[in-house]
Order: sequence, then structure tokens, then C-alpha cells
Amino acid sequence: MTDTAALPAWAALVVSFLVLLGAGLTVIGAIGLLRFKTFYERMHAPTLGATWGAGGILLGSILFFSVLQSRPVLHEALIAVFVTVTTPVTLMLLARAALYRDRSEGSTAVPPPIGVDGEAKTDRPV
Amino acid sequence: MSATILSWSLLMAQILLGMAMAIACFRMIRGPRAQDRILSLDALYVNAMLFLLVLGMRTGSTLYFEAALVISILGFISTLALAKFLMRGEIIE
Repeated sequence: MTDTAALPAWAALVVSFLVLLGAGLTVIGAIGLLRFKTFYERMHAPTLGATWGAGGILLGSILFFSVLQSRPVLHEALIAVFVTVTTPVTLMLLARAALYRDRSEGSTAVPPPIGVDGEAKTDRPV
Repeated sequence: MSATILSWSLLMAQILLGMAMAIACFRMIRGPRAQDRILSLDALYVNAMLFLLVLGMRTGSTLYFEAALVISILGFISTLALAKFLMRGEIIE
């Protein structure tokens, strides 16, 4: 808490803006997770926190520590790259698992699987 | 003046991220199906990582960065394993 006083004014204002932007987008995503009706709609909401929510806070952190230590501190970029790469992978796998579960229960809310020739199939290979 | 703005906005960001974590916990307890619970666990991991980063900025130490990195890696692995379990019924075939 003592180090924040050593920061110049422009850096403090930019860091505040970026961190509040990131936290606000994350909480909007969480509210979407709470309020959407179906699972496939809810899946989109938390990605708001994984893209610009994480991006704003990580950019703010990079700027904060770079100005404070007066040298480039870029190791937060590691988390940014990692989150950007892994979020689509996990959510696509989760969506396919949910689709598989819904189809195997015979739910009418999801579209049926489509074969190679464009006709609907009954048994679906994974 | 600017230091006051910075410390208050970091505190506000922590409160907002705590609210997001509480909402994700609520959805994980209430979520009607298993995939909702896994999705909100993933959101909870991301929010906890961001919370630790803001905590590191508040205390001015870079030690929390390693914890945030470990949380993000564990979140990826655990969500992947749970989604695989939903799909196949087992994780390592």
C-alpha cells in the first residue's frame, strides 16, 4: 500500500482506468452467467471476463510495475497469452460435451447431428 | 491525490471481482446441470486469478503473479478434465 504513492499521476490515472474497466467487464460477465436462461447462452457471458476483463487488469498491472520499477516488466503478458489460448479450447470442449449430453437424452432443444451427406443421423460418432 | 484515486479504484476493483466470484459460486451451487457447474467453476478460476493480480498491485509486490499463473494453469487443466469426463465418462482412456 505504500508503493502506490511513488507512482506519477498520469500512470496512476491510466492504471485506475484499466483496472476498473477490467473489473467492471468481469462483473458484467458474471451477471450474464447468473441471468441468461439456457446453458448455451450462459456460455458466452464469462468470456467477457476472460478477454477484456483479464486484458484490462493485465495491462494495468504491466504499466503499474513497469513505471514503479522503471524497467519493462512484461511477465504478465505470459498470463494474457495463456488465457487467450486456453479459453476457446476449454469452452468448445465443454459445449461439445453439453451438446452430446443433450442429444443422448433426446432433447428437442438442440439441433440433431448432421451426417456427411447432409442427412440427419441417429447414431453419432464422437 | 492520484495515489488516493489509485488506491480507491484498486479497492473498488477488488470488491467488483469479489462480487463476480460470489455470483459464480451461486451459479455453481444452483446450476441445474453439471455443465453449468463446470462453466461457473471455470469463471471462478479466472476471477480468482484477476483478484490475486489486483491484490499484488495493492501490496506492490510481484509475488502474487506466480500464484495467479498457477491458478490459471490449474483452471485450464481442471476444466478440460471435467469436460472430458462429461463427454466420455472417464478421463484417461
